[in-house]
Order: sequence, then structure tokens, then C-alpha cells
Amino acid sequence: MKAPSPYVLEARDINKYFKVPVQFHVLKDISFGIRAGEFVSIMGKSGCGKSTLLYILSTMDTAYEGSLLLNGEELFGKSNKELSVVRNEHIGFVFQFHYLLPEFTVLENVMLPAKKLGRKSIAEIREDALKKLDLLDIKYLAPKLASRISGGEKQRVAIARALINEPMIIMGDEPTGNLDSKNAENVFNILKQLSTDQGMSLLVVTHDLDFAKKTDRIIEMADGRIHASSEKGE
Amino acid sequence: MNWPTILGISKTHLRSRLKQSSVAALGVTFGIGTFITLASFMTGLNGLLDGLILNRTPHIHIYNKLEPTEQQPITLIDQFSSGINIIHSIKPKKSQVRIHNALPLIQYLRDQEGVRGAIAQVQAQVFYLAGSIELNGVVFGIDVMEETRLFNIGDYVIEGDPKDLARTSNGIILGAGVAKKMSLKIGDRVQLSSVNGGLFPLKIVGFYQSGLAEIDDVQSYVNLATAQGILGKGNDYISDINVKLYDMEEAPLLASQISNQYDLTAIDIKTANAQFETGTQIRNIITYAVSITLLVVAGFGIYNILNMMIYEKMNDIAILKATGFSGKDVKMIFISEALIIGLIGGALGLLIGYGLSVGISYIPFETDALPTVKTFPVNNDPIFYLIGTVFALVATFFAGYLPATKAEKVDPVDIIRGQ
Repeated sequence: MKAPSPYVLEARDINKYFKVPVQFHVLKDISFGIRAGEFVSIMGKSGCGKSTLLYILSTMDTAYEGSLLLNGEELFGKSNKELSVVRNEHIGFVFQFHYLLPEFTVLENVMLPAKKLGRKSIAEIREDALKKLDLLDIKYLAPKLASRISGGEKQRVAIARALINEPMIIMGDEPTGNLDSKNAENVFNILKQLSTDQGMSLLVVTHDLDFAKKTDRIIEMADGRIHASSEKGE
Repeated sequence: MNWPTILGISKTHLRSRLKQSSVAALGVTFGIGTFITLASFMTGLNGLLDGLILNRTPHIHIYNKLEPTEQQPITLIDQFSSGINIIHSIKPKKSQVRIHNALPLIQYLRDQEGVRGAIAQVQAQVFYLAGSIELNGVVFGIDVMEETRLFNIGDYVIEGDPKDLARTSNGIILGAGVAKKMSLKIGDRVQLSSVNGGLFPLKIVGFYQSGLAEIDDVQSYVNLATAQGILGKGNDYISDINVKLYDMEEAPLLASQISNQYDLTAIDIKTANAQFETGTQIRNIITYAVSITLLVVAGFGIYNILNMMIYEKMNDIAILKATGFSGKDVKMIFISEALIIGLIGGALGLLIGYGLSVGISYIPFETDALPTVKTFPVNNDPIFYLIGTVFALVATFFAGYLPATKAEKVDPVDIIRGQ
């Protein structure tokens, strides 16, 4: 038995190789942890492996070596089916591209992960979804089709969807990457608020130094290793 | 498994791509519809063709055949058995045409298990008298009610009612060819003369048409007693016994039993119509081959469209997986989409198939061989509808299963990275 983890999410000695087209060591001995309520950003040049790391942390990518703990529970070696349950219940995602289901309304998009979880009645889920949308000031978008709203709005809907099952941690892959500065500012403020007001842990991969500087901690990656980790204000 | 959610997603997918979904469903509709139409029509025609023979032919025909005795006296003597015996100019033995003790035999046959009916016939050579002209003919003395029940003689009576023969003791159902030659109509009287020279005026109650001119020009039907009267014989004179069974397959066995036991000639339908069975088999094979081809083509159409739908939905699949839907959930979404398409398309196909076959059954189709048939025959057997429904579901399931398995295996990271 490994020692109980003080972190919400902890990576221990994660290594990953790409085998195609040639053997390539992408991630080398990555170890770090995120505490409850912490807002962490990962920075690094293109190709340094930061997105790859995020996919591993998000449990979607299972082809790695090492240990991944969510609230002290080992995730390495679990089946895809078990991992999908973990993702559904404990992890929220926000991507660079909006990734909403275009044929569904905004409300349905937000409700979907909760319906999958199936803990609450449809009426309760609906109530929750409207609350999350209200939290992000986009309640008025609820009945619109997801394909009919603007980029900034989509990103906020994606955040609402990530929040619906009250996850332990929210992960973002360049969540402000293709938004203009005003919208990016907006999205950052929302994320920040979640971290401070609701004690939610956040892990965001970003290129945007201004964005990263405002987070609690910046992890810098280079060539598949954690290069530096700096707390806010250092 | 969270079915309401999965079905909800399927429904939204199908509804938002209404055009594509409809095309896929129409593929099923077309396949099932044509299958039902074709199967109903072809088996209807097959039934008609089979009926041409089966309706009229007894399963076993029992009669006394005139033929030379197989055992000539010389073969019975042991001292000549080692040599080669040559006998010239063998003639058939004079024997009676009537079946000996026919009435108890008929009763015995009727009591047999598997026998639907056994009826007596009396064949008599006659001349139809038209003025000074004598036309050759044959009359069959029949029990018309039994004949109608077992051999559908009513289907070949083009005018009048076979029942009228039962009601009129001196009635006759005249061959259509004879009637035409002599310009007779129902209610007229026709004179028959027997070979012995007796004259019999009979009242025409109907016309018979088999479609074969040779038969229609000579053959007529009268009551059993009338035929016996024409021959000057008593009411136990029976020349033929026709037997109908419940199962045609038992005919050869029973026929050989009868001919051995009673020293009579008993011909079963399979011996009498060997070519008939071959024809039926070949037609059935063609029907099944065409039907299966249609259904398989429809199946490929469904597969194709579903496959394309899944490629277009790669993003959705990645999102669903990222937000916690398992591979199996995603698979079920696409399989249920396929099955919904199959159900709707199949149901429409059943309706269209039914509509078309009803339509075909109204198309005029007249043939001399079957005077009572006025339109194309259609066999609306419920089994085709059952096969159609089952196939629609099975085919769409498999057509959906392969692409859905592909969707199950999609790695969301590949899709998200690929953006």
C-alpha cells in the first residue's frame, strides 16, 4: 500500500512513450499533486507533452506507466468502463474547442452527464443545470441549440456542463485558447471564482502567460519533464 | 445501462438528421416492401400453378387396368423354367372394368387414417346427338358434392352451379367444347346415346371448362346413377375410385398397399406427375433466391448509411466519452439508432408490401386453364410479414452492430487531439 495522498489528484512517476512513427519518450517521471481548492496551470512549448499529460490525468489516455491517484484511489490499471464512471462523477472537462453536442439544446448538453450518472430525477437534474447556467449568467441560453450560440457562450456552457455532477476537479485544455481577450478574461474569472468560492480544484493547460500568472501555481514543462513549479507571486 | 438517456440521444440524433435517417429507413422499407410483394405474388402464382394439377388430380387413382397377364401358363410349369420361353401374340385377359366390391372398399378407405375422402366415379363412353351428327364423348358419373369438396370441380364450372347437378337427377354438366359445337345453353336438353344404343335426354345445368380443348370437347359430368343407367348397370357398378389424402407424401405407400391387397391398379400422384414436383421445387428455389438477394441488398444499404452517420458523429462520440459515457453506452446509442431505423422502415415496408400485393391482386389475369381466376393470385401469408419484420430488425441490428462497435472503440484522445 502506498501512503495516503494529501492531494485531490496526484501523479507519481508517470512515463509515457509514443510508439508511432518512432519510439519517443514523451513524458518522463512526472510527479506532482493538486490540493483541494487549488488553481494550477501547466505551461510549456508546443510538443513538450503538456496536453498528453492532461489526457492521462483526465483518465482518457490509459497507455502510460506510473501511478495516478484521485482522492487517494489508484486509477492506473482500471478498465475503461470503470474509468468512464470516474470521469462522469469526479472530473469535469473544458476543451479549447467547445465540444458541445450540436444537435442538442444548451440545457440538454449540460444535463447529459448527470443523466448518465443517474443519481437524480430528471426534474432535479434540470433544476441543477439551470442553476449552473445561472451561475455563469447564461440561463437565457438554455433553450437554444448548442450550434446556434457564440464561441464565448459555448465555452461557458462547457464549464456549466463540467460542473453539473459537482466534480472534485475541473480540467481545461486551453479553455481560453480561441477566445478574444474579453471573453478569455470572463472565462478566467468564472474559473477563479469556482476555485475560491466553491473550493474546487482546477488544472488548466495554457499558452497564455497572463492567464497562468493569475493562477495559484504554474507548472512549467519542457521536453517531457516538469521544469519548474512556482507558487503565485514568486 | 441508462436506457432513457441513451434512447433520448438516439432520438435526437435521428431527428436532427431527418433526411439521412429517412433515406436509411426508406432503404429498409424498399427491401421489406419488395420482399413481401414478391413473396406474396410468386407464392401466389406457384399456388395457382400447383393448383392446376393438385386440384384436379386425385392423390391415388384406383381402377382396373386391362393388360396381359404377367404369368402365362408356361411359366407356372417347373420343367420349362430353365429354358427361354417365347410366346407370341399375347392378348389381354377379358375381365370386368368395374372394381369388384367397390362400395365396401370405399368405406374401408374412408375409415383409414390420413384419408380425406374417397369417392366413386363411373366412366361411360357416349355419343352426344346433335341432329344427325354424333359426337364422341365420355361422361363421368360423380358424386358432385364430394367432388366439389375434394377436387374443386366448382372452379371449372364456368356457368351454372355444380350443386344444381345434385338437385337434378337427369342433369348434366356439359364440356364447354361440346356445348359450343352444338350451340347449347343452360336449361337446354341434350340427347346422349350409349354404346348399347339407349337414348338418354339430359338437362344441362352447367358448363365445364378445364382449359384443355381435348378434354372440353368430349368430357361431361353427370350423377353417378345416370352414368350407371347409361351403361345399363346397377348402383354397385364403380369404375374408378379417387382418393384424396391430408398429406400428399403418403400417397405412394398407400397406393402400393391398395394395389397389393386388392389386386387393383392404384396410381399415386407422384408417379402420375413426376415432372410436377420438379417444377414446384425450381419455382420455390427461384422465389427464395430472389427474396434473399433483395433483403441482403437492403441490409448493405443500411450498413452503408449507418457507417457514414457514425463517421460524421466522431466528435459527439469523443464528447460523450469524455463526459463519462462508456464505450458500451456509445455502442448502444448507435445500435438503438439502427434498430429504430429498422423498426420504422420495416413497419412502412410491411404496409407498402401489403398495399402492393393487394394492388396486384386487382390486376386482371384471365386464363382458359382456370376459368374462375379473374385477377392475379396473391398469397398474403402472414409468415411473410413475420419474416419481413424479423429480417428488418436482424439486418439493421447487424448493419448497426459493426459501425457501433467501431464507435465503441473510438479513442476520444485521438479525436480531441486531431482538432
